[in-house]
Amino acid sequence: MSQTDLEIVVDDPTAPEDDSPSVVSSGTIEIVVCLLLLALAVTLGYDNWRTGASWDSTGPEPGYFPFYLSVILGGGSLYGLIVSLLARRTASGTFVTRAQARRVLAVFVPTLLFCLVMQFLGLYVASFLLISGFMRFVGKIALWKSLLTALLFTAIMFVTFDIAFDVIMPKGPLEAAFGR
Amino acid sequence: MEAFGLLLHGFVVLLTWKTVLLMMVGLVLGIFVGVLPGLGGPNGVAILLPLTFTMDPTSAIVMLSCIYWGALFGGAITSILFNIPGEAWSVATTFDGYPMAQQGRAAEALTAAFTSSFIGSLVAVLLITFLAPMISSFALKFGPPEFFAVYLLTFCSFVGLGREAKHKTVISMSLGLLLAGIGMDTVSGNLRMTFGSPELLRGINFLVAVIGLFGISEILLTMEERLALRGHAASISLRVVLGVWKDLPKYWVTLLRSSFIGCWLGITPGGAIAASFMGYNLAKRFAKDPESFGKGRIEGVFAPETAAHASGTSALLPMLALGIPGSGTAAILLGGLMVWGLNPGPLLFVEHKDFVWGLIASMYLGNVVGLVLVLTTVPIFASILRVPFAAVAPMIVVSCAIGAYAIQNAMFDIWLMLGFGIVGYVFKKIGIPLAPFTLALVLGNRAEDAFRLSMIGSGGDLKVFWSNGLVGSITTLAIVLLFWPVIDGLLRRFGQTQRARTGLQQRLDQ
Repeated sequence: MSQTDLEIVVDDPTAPEDDSPSVVSSGTIEIVVCLLLLALAVTLGYDNWRTGASWDSTGPEPGYFPFYLSVILGGGSLYGLIVSLLARRTASGTFVTRAQARRVLAVFVPTLLFCLVMQFLGLYVASFLLISGFMRFVGKIALWKSLLTALLFTAIMFVTFDIAFDVIMPKGPLEAAFGR
Repeated sequence: MEAFGLLLHGFVVLLTWKTVLLMMVGLVLGIFVGVLPGLGGPNGVAILLPLTFTMDPTSAIVMLSCIYWGALFGGAITSILFNIPGEAWSVATTFDGYPMAQQGRAAEALTAAFTSSFIGSLVAVLLITFLAPMISSFALKFGPPEFFAVYLLTFCSFVGLGREAKHKTVISMSLGLLLAGIGMDTVSGNLRMTFGSPELLRGINFLVAVIGLFGISEILLTMEERLALRGHAASISLRVVLGVWKDLPKYWVTLLRSSFIGCWLGITPGGAIAASFMGYNLAKRFAKDPESFGKGRIEGVFAPETAAHASGTSALLPMLALGIPGSGTAAILLGGLMVWGLNPGPLLFVEHKDFVWGLIASMYLGNVVGLVLVLTTVPIFASILRVPFAAVAPMIVVSCAIGAYAIQNAMFDIWLMLGFGIVGYVFKKIGIPLAPFTLALVLGNRAEDAFRLSMIGSGGDLKVFWSNGLVGSITTLAIVLLFWPVIDGLLRRFGQTQRARTGLQQRLDQ
């Protein structure tokens, strides 16, 4: 095996450890998902039954299709539930390990905050905060690099969407101050 | 040759500086998306879709389809240089591509990958050029019952032929169909499943769901993995390119076989992933020395790449001719068509000739431009991977949010996107396939309308689906496919008893 002298190496210092303990097994999640889907099927099925799910002279009523789809969905999830309950005796795979869950939450929580903040400060300010904050605190990248990248990216987005393509995004007090 | 004249006209429509520029932008974005971990063809197209909302439909589809070609090309780069398939369909490319890179033949492997992608797409585009107009003019005679039968066939073949556990495909598909039904019922005007919420009145937008399912969930999944990588840098010189091209005729059987497999699996909902593996395995089986595969054999790169691209491209055929997407990405392109006010289906070839032939011509041009582009810029794209994921991830989140919001200017859609992100993450981890869901969500309303229109036409008589030879055979085929696993099992058992009986007979005779 000859090594070419040109190599690209990227490290991932915060990678999840391989031996991290399991938080929850796939089997458990499967049961939870099937129960949720079953509840959804019952709710939607009931609503469609109310709308009218029978077959009149011109063919099916509005609720007919969705009602039977809810029945199919319910049946599928019930089957899934039984299968996963039966398989519970045997060991099922890990759904997520603790280290993985930590990393997933490290993306999910900022994303959630981003969506919340967007309502008040507008999309562009929220984007700047998300990108700079994420790079700095999750990625441990130098502060100036994080701020610069966030500023550049947000500016490019603003120019592309707001100025060049006229796609309107939620805006907040900052944009208002500049009269946009 | 009517198709030929129209195609030439399509080239004329395309050959403006603006479209060629858009094409380049689309390709670069696409390769970018294909190279980055955690983003792929469908995600890229979904996220970048809002960029095109203000363009005219032809420019928009040219750019989007170029993003798609770019993503197909991009997947090969990481598979060969880093042994990391950027896309599921490039997994088979790593088998021989990475060993080649380890032997210092990265440039050769990359050239082979790009060239064979180009050939695969070209075959598929040729097929589209000549077959799509024929199918669509045939489909012009279709009424609602025929269309419903075709939709039914699509849904049933997913359930019957899918590799996942059957009940999971059924769950995914019925959930998609149900969510598609939320909102105002188009036939009667009644409200369905809105529970008094004004936001649900509009229904669940397909593209918002896709951005959440593919964009957001993919980031969550990518973060779970170790993102460290180690690979080879490569630059491609003209000498290597010519060297590989000179040897091409030697591999014509492999190329042709893979193109054929790809086209077939692309049109039927088998997909590029299945095609690439099948292409690779068949090349191995038919080779004189199968054990040399997996150790850096150039044919091992040719075979899967040709098949994957042929399949990815030909998936657009049923979308253009019938309005039925052959893949997830095609489904998203279809969603795009509807945003621009075009009604996908056979009428497209009659009412929007410029658009259709512009698109087909862009497939030819996009692939030529793409080939040149990737061959010259590989080193740059390989170094994109040096950009830390911590910088890429929030940018993708922002792009997703922009995309989701831009579709209907609704804050509710941002939350919907986030919700679908979680759903996509959980579904992927417990093996509920997302493709049937996507397909059901985009086709749900059309299928239901077709069904109810046929019912109104026939006065509520289900026999209308067997009223003539065409619709009858499609419906029957759909039902056969739905129960295919059962039928297949029975046939096999029957075959076994038959064989056992003849075996016994022979023994008795002796």
